[in-house]
Amino acid sequence: MMRYFQPEFHIVRDPARCIHCGCCVRQCANECHYFDEDGKTVLCRDESCVSCQRCVCLCPTGALRIEKFKSDYRESAVWTQQVQKEICRQASTGGTLLSAMGNPKPYPIYWDHMLLNASQVTNPSIDPLREPMEIRTFLGRKPDRLSFTKDKKLLTEMPPQIKLETPILFSAMSFGSISLNAHRALSAAAKELGTLFNTGEGGLHPDLHDMGQYAVVQVASGRFGVHKDYLNNSAFIEIKIGQGAKPGIGGHLPGEKVNVEVSNARMIPVGSDAISPAPHHDIYSIEDLRQLIWSLKEVTEGKKPVCVKIAAVHNCAAIVSGVARAGADIIAIDGFRGGTGAAPTRIRDNVGIPIELALASADQRLRDEGIRSRVSLLAAGPTRNAADVVKAIALGADAVYIASAALIAIGCHMCQTCNTGRCNWGIATQREDLTRRLNPEIAKERLVNLVTAWNHEIKEMLGGMGINSLDSLRGNRLMLRGIGLTEKELSVLGIRHAGE
Amino acid sequence: MKKVIAKENLCLNCRLCEVYCKTAHSKSKDPLRAYLNEPELQSRITVCGDNQKSVAVQCRHCDNPKCVEACITGAMQKDPVTGVVTCDAEKCIGCMTCLAVCPFGCIKIGETAVKCDLCQGEEEPACVKNCPNRALVYLEMGGKADA
Repeated sequence: MMRYFQPEFHIVRDPARCIHCGCCVRQCANECHYFDEDGKTVLCRDESCVSCQRCVCLCPTGALRIEKFKSDYRESAVWTQQVQKEICRQASTGGTLLSAMGNPKPYPIYWDHMLLNASQVTNPSIDPLREPMEIRTFLGRKPDRLSFTKDKKLLTEMPPQIKLETPILFSAMSFGSISLNAHRALSAAAKELGTLFNTGEGGLHPDLHDMGQYAVVQVASGRFGVHKDYLNNSAFIEIKIGQGAKPGIGGHLPGEKVNVEVSNARMIPVGSDAISPAPHHDIYSIEDLRQLIWSLKEVTEGKKPVCVKIAAVHNCAAIVSGVARAGADIIAIDGFRGGTGAAPTRIRDNVGIPIELALASADQRLRDEGIRSRVSLLAAGPTRNAADVVKAIALGADAVYIASAALIAIGCHMCQTCNTGRCNWGIATQREDLTRRLNPEIAKERLVNLVTAWNHEIKEMLGGMGINSLDSLRGNRLMLRGIGLTEKELSVLGIRHAGE
Repeated sequence: MKKVIAKENLCLNCRLCEVYCKTAHSKSKDPLRAYLNEPELQSRITVCGDNQKSVAVQCRHCDNPKCVEACITGAMQKDPVTGVVTCDAEKCIGCMTCLAVCPFGCIKIGETAVKCDLCQGEEEPACVKNCPNRALVYLEMGGKADA
């Protein structure tokens, strides 16, 4: 059949360097590399290359390089190659375009338009290598006031608090969308780092039962894997209302990914599609949400904080306020650049708003209403480095969720094709020959290294600002200045422009 | 003694251990030059199987090596101190008796017998050092160093 569009990528094999060892042939699940009839000479074809970089990274002689397939169309700012390719793809399949990971479009990234302050002369900066620096974070509802007995004993009953050694948590990724080895690595890293990982909507695999205390267990619209023991074997519970990558859309784990292990964790039959509806069918109002929050609190005897995760959408400040009043202890807001294992391309690329704006407006709204201390705010989708984390905290977040960065640390190259289930790095797949490629021990070490490095950098930046505790930065927007932003953007972010 | 242990649940079938084994035993120690200029080079480690199930196989440096027992020239020896079984290319006549008796099929024949020497002199064997998924580990396994 004639194809109406060209491949995305072109594989360049340097004949002077290729030793025909065949490593690339055996490592490409997309079958781009293959042996000639002689069984010795390695050849390649471009059609199914997704530029996951697996072959490039493993080639022992550096003989491989992936470049964009270049065949120039007549220039048009309207009908770009990408636009035309998408049309042709739909014309040949009749289907919704699917893609994965976060919104890749060049919308403004506000993190890059905010600058941090540093101390000069009038207040001393602090050297984190010589002086203590506190980045320990507590999540959960804080009481409005504390009362004590005369002999200084606390009278106020403290709501359950989650103690984290870093303001960074691993965000929701279900077992099913990612491999068990990836879950093993995330849970072990969370344990070592004194933070938490999130089960997504996939339940907890029996092998990871002992890691429950480091898990945020998710209750989403499909209710997969949810039972009393699951809820109680957790750090806290998260009700997922929406996801930044696909607000308003449910989830669909195709039946071919539901093997025995996934089926056990999700409590569904092997091979059946795991479909999470777009809405929770028992939540049509804030009052309904309140009921679910309180039934979860009841089943855990009030020992577990309940978090509600919403996607950053137009009205999110008001929604956050409603969710806080419904009894949530923690609210996670997921920005439109957040990742996903699969989303309709049009939704991923066009729905939702940036986390920076959503976070700033939600924090402001809660403060204006005097209920900010009732909830902890988690920002997600995405924070790319320690500076983003610091800026998120200055904008009002209590902590941040990272997922894309965590996956990149363990091999992901953002090829954005998780939905195909052919992840060459063994992350977003259930194929046994591929999941084996992710050694949980190596992956754990890399995750621990990443977050440890970010912790160091966070402390450096705090020290530079003359702050020795993350709590003093939380919501401290005077530490931020905008650059290249309009008056409106500055006012939504609640920050001044550089030089002001 | 320390031995190379293969973990088949982590083996990728990438066969880079073979590439780096050849390189480590080449004159140039460079993969390109090894493959281009020394076509007679053989890998002393072999990955058996396919992407569904694979494992790297190499000399087990047995406590009582059959190959040493069977060697008619005394080329095959187990070092009494390190326990490493090596073949002295000067003495080997390529009779293949060792190959016939090796219970693991870990000896290859070129002009002489070719087998794993655990990259003596290096901190760890090249296959272990370069395995991208730590499917090969170099562990103290006990056992006799003395043949």
